[in-house]
Amino acid sequence: MAYQRLTREQIVQRVAQDIPEGSYVNLGIGLPTKIANYLDPNKDIFLQSENGVLGMGPAPAKGEEDSDLINAGKEFITLLKGGSYFHHGDSFTMMRGGHIDICVLGAFQVAQNGDLANWHTGSPDAIPAVGGAMDLAIGARNVFVTMEHVTKNGESKIVQQCSYPLTGMGCVNRIYTDLAVIDVTPNGLLVSEMVPGLTLDELQKLTDAPLSMA
Amino acid sequence: MIDKTSASIFEAIKQIEDGATVMIGGFGTAGQPAQLIDALIEHGAKELTVVNNNAGNGDLGLAALLKAGQVKKIICSFPRQSDSYEFDKLYYAKKIELELVPQGNLAARIQAAGAGLGGIYTPTGFGTLLAEGKESKVINSKGYVLEYPIYADFALIKAFKGDRWGNLTYRMSARNFGPIMATAAKCTIAQVNEVVPLGDLDPEYVITPGIFVKHVVAVKGK
Repeated sequence: MAYQRLTREQIVQRVAQDIPEGSYVNLGIGLPTKIANYLDPNKDIFLQSENGVLGMGPAPAKGEEDSDLINAGKEFITLLKGGSYFHHGDSFTMMRGGHIDICVLGAFQVAQNGDLANWHTGSPDAIPAVGGAMDLAIGARNVFVTMEHVTKNGESKIVQQCSYPLTGMGCVNRIYTDLAVIDVTPNGLLVSEMVPGLTLDELQKLTDAPLSMA
Repeated sequence: MIDKTSASIFEAIKQIEDGATVMIGGFGTAGQPAQLIDALIEHGAKELTVVNNNAGNGDLGLAALLKAGQVKKIICSFPRQSDSYEFDKLYYAKKIELELVPQGNLAARIQAAGAGLGGIYTPTGFGTLLAEGKESKVINSKGYVLEYPIYADFALIKAFKGDRWGNLTYRMSARNFGPIMATAAKCTIAQVNEVVPLGDLDPEYVITPGIFVKHVVAVKGK
């Protein structure tokens, strides 16, 4: 049976379903930021932005932008009623100190032991930039990764061992790809969902690290 | 009577000597003290070490300071941005030194300096390239890296309102590094939108107490 990969929008929609009311959540730059668009607005979910915002609201209407109110990706945002501002020391106390329930990050690679590589390709001519990725990776209570299952060249991004420089060791709890949802556990990588029509055998062929069904 | 307000930005900025370490507040352009940076460019101090989260955006502010060739080293967490072309040029020409620090470690090292601590053990970066060669320690079965304080000669920050004792409030996410940088520098210069009479700032809402601030200068605009 043929299967269809999820679109990037469908991946973030899927992650949004797993964020319970009352969670303190940090959404990484890029694809994870879009999860905010799919959270139920009737639920109180607290979005934190590393630059010092808790209770981040949606993008402002055109003409309502304020250059002093931005998110980690430096996009204009709004503040919800009950939201707050704080300095970087407090912000990273939240992030590093285990106060964030869920953070969602993009990745180049995730290893079977939960090692994360998402900040640097290791290429000597690339300008390295890390931002808050390393703090979130080791500081959040649950680290979710959203990414395509394989690279544009068809290489597995879920690997036995990361070949790119690490962001954090053993820190990823759950991976959402365009093909599957996979938990990183002491018993290895456990597949809890696959797109309709995909078999574990087919998924394994696209994945460097060993998988088993949850 | 103590009056930390200064009518002239330049009078405050001209104290910055060649070779100084200068913290500059802001996350991207939010909270970046643009007028203080302009004055620093006009003043022309060279061989500066700059501490900022980024490495300049577009053509103004920190990007212009880099373009002017006044910075020999930048300590930051996220230099690579779509509009950080001035930094990119200097970096590829090997005309600037980069010390890359994870953002939370940057904040913690600044806070350590301000708080008089000799260093911090941080879990961030443990086992990564950015911890190579650094002392590490396992505490309660978790790995930590020893990081040292970042002190500065000057901190240039943007606040919202200030008074003649140097008390400051901030506006929205422009607060970011301002309050912690103010603690870590020998001389903190704050640009504010408005200088208000002593007593006008509600003491419950003063974010930076005046003890951390040497000069307050009012600038026009937001």
